[in-house]
Amino acid sequence: MIEHDVVVIGGGPAGLAAAVAARQAGAEDVCIIERDKRLGGILQQCIHNGFGLHIFEEELTGPEYAQRFIDMAQQWCVHSMLDTMVLDITPDRMITVVNNRDGLQAIKAGAVVLAMGCRERSRGALNIPGTRPAGIFTAGTAQRFVNMEGFMPGEQVVVLGSGDIGLIMARRLTLEGADVKMVCEIMPYSSGLKRNIVQCLDDFGIPLRMNHTVTKIHGKERVEGVTVAAVDQNRKPIAGSEEYVPCDTLLLSVGLIPENELSRSAGIQLNPITGGPVVDESMQTSIPGIFACGNVVHVNDLVDNVSTESAIAGKAAAMYASGMLDESKASIKVKAGPGVRYIVPNAINLTRVDDAVTLYFRVDNVYEGAALRVLTDKGILFNIKKKIIVPGEMQHIKLKKSFLTKQGDIRDIIVEVAGEGK
Amino acid sequence: MTIRNITCILCPQGCNLEVTVDGDSVVQVKGNGCGKGKSYGAEECLNPRRIVTSSVKVIGGEYPLVSVKTAAPVPKAAIWDCMRAINDVSVRAPVSIGQVIVENVAGTGINVIATRNVAKADDMKEKICI
Amino acid sequence: MYDVVVIGAGVAGSCIARELSRYKLSVCLLDKEWDVASGTSKGNSAIVHAGYDAKPDTLQAYLNVKGNELMEQWCAELDVPFKRVGSLVLAFNDDDMYELHKLMEQGQANGVQGLRIIYKDELHAMEPYISDDAVAALYAPTAGIVCPYELTIAAAENAVVNGVDIELGQAVQSIMRESDGFEIVTTEHTIRARYVIDAAGVYADDVASMIGDNSFKITPRKGEYCILDKAKGYLAKHVIFQPPTAMGKGVLVTPTVDGNILVGPNAHDVNDKEDTATTAAGLQEIMDTARKSVPGVSERDVITSFAGLRAVSGSDFVIKASDVDNRFIIVGGICSPGLTSAPAITVMVVGLLYQAGLILDVKADFNPIRKGIPRFREMNEDERRQLIAMNPAFGRVICRCETVTEGEIIEAVNRPIPAVTLDAIKRRARAGMGRCQSGFCTPRVMEIISRERGIPVDGITKKGGRSLVLTGVLQKGDAYDDRT
Repeated sequence: MIEHDVVVIGGGPAGLAAAVAARQAGAEDVCIIERDKRLGGILQQCIHNGFGLHIFEEELTGPEYAQRFIDMAQQWCVHSMLDTMVLDITPDRMITVVNNRDGLQAIKAGAVVLAMGCRERSRGALNIPGTRPAGIFTAGTAQRFVNMEGFMPGEQVVVLGSGDIGLIMARRLTLEGADVKMVCEIMPYSSGLKRNIVQCLDDFGIPLRMNHTVTKIHGKERVEGVTVAAVDQNRKPIAGSEEYVPCDTLLLSVGLIPENELSRSAGIQLNPITGGPVVDESMQTSIPGIFACGNVVHVNDLVDNVSTESAIAGKAAAMYASGMLDESKASIKVKAGPGVRYIVPNAINLTRVDDAVTLYFRVDNVYEGAALRVLTDKGILFNIKKKIIVPGEMQHIKLKKSFLTKQGDIRDIIVEVAGEGK
Repeated sequence: MTIRNITCILCPQGCNLEVTVDGDSVVQVKGNGCGKGKSYGAEECLNPRRIVTSSVKVIGGEYPLVSVKTAAPVPKAAIWDCMRAINDVSVRAPVSIGQVIVENVAGTGINVIATRNVAKADDMKEKICI
Repeated sequence: MYDVVVIGAGVAGSCIARELSRYKLSVCLLDKEWDVASGTSKGNSAIVHAGYDAKPDTLQAYLNVKGNELMEQWCAELDVPFKRVGSLVLAFNDDDMYELHKLMEQGQANGVQGLRIIYKDELHAMEPYISDDAVAALYAPTAGIVCPYELTIAAAENAVVNGVDIELGQAVQSIMRESDGFEIVTTEHTIRARYVIDAAGVYADDVASMIGDNSFKITPRKGEYCILDKAKGYLAKHVIFQPPTAMGKGVLVTPTVDGNILVGPNAHDVNDKEDTATTAAGLQEIMDTARKSVPGVSERDVITSFAGLRAVSGSDFVIKASDVDNRFIIVGGICSPGLTSAPAITVMVVGLLYQAGLILDVKADFNPIRKGIPRFREMNEDERRQLIAMNPAFGRVICRCETVTEGEIIEAVNRPIPAVTLDAIKRRARAGMGRCQSGFCTPRVMEIISRERGIPVDGITKKGGRSLVLTGVLQKGDAYDDRT
């Protein structure tokens, strides 16, 4: 049996940052288990720029950002098992892995960090009616084909979903010679960044159809076209608004789902809203010694946030492995109030907080001129005025330990939106 | 004098800016919600620039492609010329991050540089540990 | 000149081909699609029916009960997953109760064993997640579930191993009757045969009319289905029906042999024999109807949906020697319970061939045993270790959702009927069948197909023909190539 102080599952941005932080916090033997042949995760195929402004204070591409962390992992002598799949994790941190070099192996971990990331929602999950031809891709799969393998997934493309990956891929395929016909968004607002809408769509004259969706896929062998229709307030297609758009490819950018099959089988408590583990301020899950970070917990929009959050998990895992993590129960519950869809972390143990704890959350609608309100079971702590808050942009509020201590014995911290949604 | 309508990208608000341009100078920016928006509007009208990212063919590498970017933003009007230049070249492995792939791309004075390390295919042993 | 050409490599045609491979005959199995099981056999309820639905004294009644009996042996020999989980027809009111009794009597007349009506407590103990409104059910312990495409693939593979030729991607254009047999012109070439089996599914009537037999007509009856995530596999332990209607057995909720939940089908007659498109209204209809049986069925858990066409001809199967020429055997109208009946249909067809003069000499070296692709996902740790020790490729997981290894995919690519398309791999090794629906494994599977068969990656298709997955390579660096 192999033993490691800290085992990190997943070698993407979350796993790399957690592993480095675990080493920095004193764990001697840290190992990343990665199913791909290389570290870096999805960043390796995100060749566009826009990463790292917060952490490195410069604008990097995905592979560059990944390489910075891979270099750090190397400097800190983090071990890794590549091209290796984790089959099972037990609550007492026995990990079963398999690869084609050493076959099945059992690993005993002092602490585990879950950093498996997320997967894309598929056509099946959307249940788009129609035929089942070739030419339907999730944006990420198409991105891998174009950026890693050098293949074109299609020539005439309709993109469903205006998430950032969909917008980025619209530009990417256009630059490589494809005709991107339009991007459809079922919601009245885009979940993508304004910058991407301008620089990926407007720059190339690609129309963005808000309140539109794909209602049918046509074509027997390869996609021949899609039916696009406007939707009403309940996101139901409006009869008579259908339009046939000829194309050979449908790209789906319709949401990401935290990948928690392993967490589930280990018996870790999951948050039904995020689909990720319920975690405390140290990113510890409901099972002591198992931590989680990055998109496996909740889908982030900035990799910088993932790195920051993952460092917390890595450090706490290192402390747990060496018996230095305070094992008292978290005393403060963190709750999503009206207007807030979810919040991470879900509990705070102040004794484990060094200086401050940051709450990450998303709102459930577009709010203009509203305020974010933080309150406890004793009353309102403060309001933060906001010009605009959108679901697509993760919000965060930093709470100083000294400030929280001053509040005395609080049981709950609630974050809510004070104001009317659009 | 011409009036241009552009969307501000600095925050989710996405203000619709109305920029009045007279020859080489901006006369007025309207619709901006903050000071930053004003300078963005002016810059985007007079001298819009973009970083171009794409990939270049690698000969004899562990990957068929190396990802690249322009080392600085290039004029928006030069995007397609940059793409043509990027698509015309190839590079032999190994390639390292920051390596210049195209000098002075499309006469912009800006280089195209690699954003990924690509080892030679033969050197790419099954790496178990980093 | 073949002794027998079987037109249509669905479950009926493939099982018939396998049955014929027991004898000293030259046999060719023909299909217009690029894989076996590409029509109704991949889009149906995957049920081995007990046999109480069919009217007594019909072919359906006889062949269903007989096929159900034979299924166990067929699946054992062919290494196909088959589970006799039993079925329940739910009753919600007095009218339904009357139906249940009628069905039970009918089943008993058909020779179905073990039928009994169970009441609320027993029913809810057996199926904790069914609707509280269900007051009773007809329990048929002999009903089961099977993987229909795997049965078809297995039968066809076993047929090929036992000497049957298989020709895929060949649509029959015309059939000429001659004194010593038939001349079958396909899109590719001409095949001659002394006997022809018409097992062409929804096209069986069109194929028969090629020799002037217009004695039956096939109406495609579309059925739509949804598959739910394995995480919801607990919702049903038995095949759960509602009382049947004029159009069929109604919407069912059933476990699949792989642990998912299958919901469907509805039943709508269509004109187009290629119309396997799902519709928004249809998918809504089956989910809403299914919730009447199992309220926990939710759109949130759907991982994919599909539609299949039942080949309906009147109220019974059409299995007979053609009146035009008795060397032409019609296997038509094989709608439900066609899958269940398939093993029994083979016996009947062999009888019809014999009556038409075909000499049946048993082959001494017929091998009824077909070993399937190892299923890493279903193995215990020791079995996994042994498998990887034998071939390390079984240690590399390619499809994360279904835990399918490279070894399984390599094997699928190199089976007696090679799988060289994404769909063919999916149906044999399950790569891409899981909750991410092949988003993760597609590039990896394509790499393996390309490597194993020497097909360029951008030449790989989803299901043969023009269903290319990619449209080409990026146009990069041509200038450099010119110089070197």
